Amino acid sequence: MADFVYLYWNRREDQARMANSTPEEKQKITQKWMVWMDGLKKSGNLKDFGAPLEFDGKTVEGAKKVVTDGPYAEAKDIVGGFSIITANSLNEAFELSKGCPILELNGIVEVRPIRPLQGLK
Amino acid sequence: MKEEIPELMDHLFRREAGKMVSYLTKIFGLNNLALAEDVVQDTLCRAMETWKFRGLPDNPSAWLMRVARNRAIDIIRREQRFRTFTPDLTYFVKLQESLLPDGEKLAFENEIKDDQLRMMFACCSPAISADVQVTLILKTLCGFGVEEIASALLVSADTIEKRLSRAKKVFQASGALEEVESIPELQSRLQAIYDSIYLLFNEGYNGSQSEMMVREDLCYEALRLALLLCDHPAGKSPKTYALVALMSFHAARLKGRMDAEGCLILLEAQDRSLWNKELIGRGFQYLDLSAQDGEISEYHIEAGIASIHCMAETYERTNWREILKLYDLLFKVKPTPIVALNRAIAVGQAFGPEKGLIALNAIEDLEKLKDYPFYPAALGEFYRLAGRGKEAGEYFGRALELARNSSEVKFLERKLKTRNERS
Amino acid sequence: MADFMYLFWNKDGKSKMEKASPEEIQQIMKKWMGWMDALKKSGNLKDGGAPLEMTGQVVHGGKKSVTDGPYAEAKDVVGGYIIVSAKNIQEAVELSKGCPILEGDGMVEVRPVLKM
Repeated sequence: MADFVYLYWNRREDQARMANSTPEEKQKITQKWMVWMDGLKKSGNLKDFGAPLEFDGKTVEGAKKVVTDGPYAEAKDIVGGFSIITANSLNEAFELSKGCPILELNGIVEVRPIRPLQGLK
Repeated sequence: MKEEIPELMDHLFRREAGKMVSYLTKIFGLNNLALAEDVVQDTLCRAMETWKFRGLPDNPSAWLMRVARNRAIDIIRREQRFRTFTPDLTYFVKLQESLLPDGEKLAFENEIKDDQLRMMFACCSPAISADVQVTLILKTLCGFGVEEIASALLVSADTIEKRLSRAKKVFQASGALEEVESIPELQSRLQAIYDSIYLLFNEGYNGSQSEMMVREDLCYEALRLALLLCDHPAGKSPKTYALVALMSFHAARLKGRMDAEGCLILLEAQDRSLWNKELIGRGFQYLDLSAQDGEISEYHIEAGIASIHCMAETYERTNWREILKLYDLLFKVKPTPIVALNRAIAVGQAFGPEKGLIALNAIEDLEKLKDYPFYPAALGEFYRLAGRGKEAGEYFGRALELARNSSEVKFLERKLKTRNERS
Repeated sequence: MADFMYLFWNKDGKSKMEKASPEEIQQIMKKWMGWMDALKKSGNLKDGGAPLEMTGQVVHGGKKSVTDGPYAEAKDVVGGYIIVSAKNIQEAVELSKGCPILEGDGMVEVRPVLKM
């Protein structure tokens, strides 16, 4: 078994739409996330539920330590949160990610292997 | 993360890089040296990325070696399918069998030592010129980067790149890393290794760059490689021991040779309490070992001279007559103008400045010393001791014109000021 | 106190280490370890986070198309993250300024974690 991180990306242009969604829509999405997360937990694949992130923040860049407002602006999309998954392989982690509700909202799941402590693949 | 971050050993990565390159080259073959270097780079980057978040593993060296080995196994499995290269498969099998649980000392420490030795012999192949040999040793065995080698050897990074690619071309034609025992011209190859190691040491000891740290590192690397030779039947010989003794005595005095401003301090003015007692001890230990079968090489004699300096409590109480005897002997084996100069200085110290001046003027081949600042400096010194300040001033002035770096300039300027002092 | 996530961005998806000498790699790592250790000792490090492999797979929404490698819309790639706990975003930003990634032209994105 190995650990993977899911980075949940939201498209910048979808932010407004999400913010303006109706309470009913918001509840539906929340429900879907809960079901999906619960499934991962029950199958033993959810190692750490991680954290959802606010859409504001600041970015510090380079040797001059320039601070800009908001998430890293060069990237078109914004990380909205992450979770830690345990799976047999990158492929399994990736298959599991296909159920993520963010995909229905035009979002993106990035599945990245976490470097193991022993340095072994 | 661990509770306390253990201090990472200085230069651990550099040293381990040298080990890993040798070891991987043994598996991949000399013609795949570049591949071995890539794997090492990858391994070190992987270590950095992991350790900076997770802290140090229990045994960093074993961690690195294990990751490098696993990368090698991956590559061999993948490449075998395409049959693009022929790794040393018996070694490969042994490698797979040596998979150990975390944290345990790797079972093949000795094999890795042998790999480094094989690499050393390969670097000193007669097909590779002497300056390239030293560059190659620093890169593959000592883990120095191109920029670091360039600054250590005082040449451009471009030159270093060219030397390395020339060496790689030679290696392209080779297959496996040769077994040391099967090298036909073992003795002459061993001499080339001595030359390279001593050259490396002297670059560090006498090099004119001001960066003291790099210079000391070169000295210690040379010493480490010579000690590695002593561990192997093909490398342990009275001459190897003598070389270790010689470098140990010299290295022991490193700390006393430079003042805070980077000015060279000559033997006569050094604070002897700064000398490294442990290294002096090792010097004597290896000098004893070197005396086993009566062989006397130039290293034996030079080590003998260095040992007398290390034994003397003060400069004045140095046994100059004994030193002179050894210089006479050395001049027979190695009749160079520099040896003659040092011999003449010993004459002056043993029998007075007038005799020293005669000996200095009697050196043959003086032409070869015409750009060497320490020849006029020696003349100046004996004139000063003889109470002839005017001549002393002239010669110190001439030496100053020849000075090759700021450290020598500072030193000779001070000398010039003291031209009228008799002691 | 509130929690913040530091996302460590490597410019152009590289950590500029391909050409570094072993000694240089060791020096940079030492700086990182020192910085992380200081965060831990000051009680600001809530979760040591994780370094990420520069491989991975990305599932895109809509058609669920798949691409290999890290997600790199902007050439830049997230190399790892940690969670710190700080009084406010200003403090979190100040603390992030010590991060050695900045010496190599990298970036730290400081993001408030949603309060539960």
